[in-house]
Amino acid sequence: MQTLFRNNIVDKQNIMDCVATGGNVKVLAKAIHSLSRIGEELYMEPMEDGLALRSVNSSRSAFACFLLSPLFFQRYQAPSDQSFRCKMPIKSVQAVFKSLTSLDRSVEKCRIQLNSEKSRLTITLHCKHGLLKTHNLSYQDCEGLQAVFDKESCANVLQAQPRLMVDTVLHFPPSLEEVNLSVSSDRVWLRNHVEDDTDSSRAMMTELCLSSEEFDHFAVGSQTSITFCLKELRGLLAFAESSGLPISMYFDEPGSPVILSVTDSVLEANFVLATLSEDSHPKNHVNTKRPDTEQPPDDFMSDDMDSFLIAMETSELPGPSHVPTSPPRPTSNRKHSFSEEEALAEGPPNKKFCSLFFGSVLPTPSQLPNQTMQSQEVLASDSEDENQTETS
Amino acid sequence: MPLSTQSQADIDQYILIASLDNARNLSNILKAISLRDHAIFNATQNGLKVTVEDSKCLQANAFIQADIFQEYIIKEDAVGFQVNLTVLLDCLTIFGGSTVPGVCTALRMCYNGYGYPLTLFLEEGGVVTVCKINTQEPEEPIDFDFCSTNVTNKVILQSDSLKEAFSELDMTSEVLQITMSPSHPYFRLSTFGNSGNAHYDYPKDSDMMELFQCTKIQTNRYKMSLLKPSTKALALSCKVSVRTDSRGFLSLQYLVRNDDGQICFVEYYCCPDEEVEEE
Repeated sequence: MQTLFRNNIVDKQNIMDCVATGGNVKVLAKAIHSLSRIGEELYMEPMEDGLALRSVNSSRSAFACFLLSPLFFQRYQAPSDQSFRCKMPIKSVQAVFKSLTSLDRSVEKCRIQLNSEKSRLTITLHCKHGLLKTHNLSYQDCEGLQAVFDKESCANVLQAQPRLMVDTVLHFPPSLEEVNLSVSSDRVWLRNHVEDDTDSSRAMMTELCLSSEEFDHFAVGSQTSITFCLKELRGLLAFAESSGLPISMYFDEPGSPVILSVTDSVLEANFVLATLSEDSHPKNHVNTKRPDTEQPPDDFMSDDMDSFLIAMETSELPGPSHVPTSPPRPTSNRKHSFSEEEALAEGPPNKKFCSLFFGSVLPTPSQLPNQTMQSQEVLASDSEDENQTETS
Repeated sequence: MPLSTQSQADIDQYILIASLDNARNLSNILKAISLRDHAIFNATQNGLKVTVEDSKCLQANAFIQADIFQEYIIKEDAVGFQVNLTVLLDCLTIFGGSTVPGVCTALRMCYNGYGYPLTLFLEEGGVVTVCKINTQEPEEPIDFDFCSTNVTNKVILQSDSLKEAFSELDMTSEVLQITMSPSHPYFRLSTFGNSGNAHYDYPKDSDMMELFQCTKIQTNRYKMSLLKPSTKALALSCKVSVRTDSRGFLSLQYLVRNDDGQICFVEYYCCPDEEVEEE
């Protein structure tokens, strides 16, 4: 009887308590592994509509989010009244799911509990033969992490089986950082992006052309060419391949982020990568006057400030459609801060990925005091607003 | 056997001769205790005992009984010497370790006595190599004074279940804590690393648990750096017995089957890092 009593107390202290079983344990592990390809920290937010696992890279040019719906779990208990966000080194969580290959053979059940009183994340793996593995990890409270993006407003949408993407990417060396994707009305080209100042006689150029017929869905609004980081994408490709789910790509003009998505009935993964803001014919754009000492977005970075960041772009601003619930004010503010940047640089930054514009929690229009947004010229302090709107 | 080209006179001078058709039956088990460079050999009528020690806190022993050897001749009650284990292992695997079935290195190990080197005759595919390894005065192995009468807790587990746990152990933890108790958690391995702590619990009714004899709850910590090398012995074994005595000293005994299915034993003794008595 005493044990029962103890358990009840413990349950009340748990901010979150969820259980994944069978094959979903491996899916969860793979999600974490693919997030580790993006950033060093795992952001966790249990919400009523699911568990959000997010990661961002240090230059804020790549963001990934896995949203696991309550149906993904055998049991899902999350706070309905309070919002809770925490982060922890992703390596610690990866260590819990070390041997991926044997996971589905040995692990029957995985329980994740967040205990706010002890600031502890407990992951319990119930394995075969009665073996119980319990990992108690410490976490840090943090602000929300949310990139601003709107898939619906993207002019170009492609969808392909993961096999197609994986096979395509295979042709590029693993060390290749940036890749250029160009689309026309019936074709897609993938090329390795070569620095303008590289001696073209020494560089190896790889170009792949795919017909629109190879895609499950091919909707190209206008001819476009975007350049983004391939490395960070590989995490999603590995996940999609193992899950067998098709990958959808949403993108607009250069400078706007490209969003890669994998969805099924209980899970949604979005990888948002910044694209180089430049002409659609990168080769023509050679601006040697550009100084090397541009202010990287990292200057404004600190762990407490992951709520808000400036987009570095000058000419190609994400239109208001990318920020569905925000009033026009922020846009003008961004322009204001950018003009400062422009003054520093001699020309539009070319070799610079735009940081994704991050909003911590986008307040709903009714809650939004204009004043708050006005004062957020450069950076916002921790927002008080708790409602998180994820645009998808 | 090509090794028999030695003359009778040669053979007479040796006080110890041990031969194996498959040198792996010796090298594999020695690898399981290869924590340090030096190994103390103690041969008796019963067989060969090889001891390796680490910082006076850990001792690993390998037992290869006389009947494992195809030929085992010992002319004294006890023959002892010390050799560099790394060199010995290099010699035993000098032919590279072929995985082709049926192809293996044959070994004849000979020792003349005090002051003489350990002579190894190795043959594979008609090629013979002779290795002479310098020996040293054997040190006296530490007597951990671990006797069965003092054993408070004992479990025997199938190695497979422990292998996974040992390979996943958080190496940022300085200690490995072992809890044995007649009640929950029964048998628990714990680590305390940089990102947090981890516990591996084996219930007493698990089908991996072959024997469970725990009389009182005991929690002891051992230096991770000392115990981690025992993973090699675990990997070779099919069963392991874990015992702690009233002082918290740990005894790990591994049942190893060699290539020919014969049984050998490896044991590890370890001093506790500090004693934590739980109520």
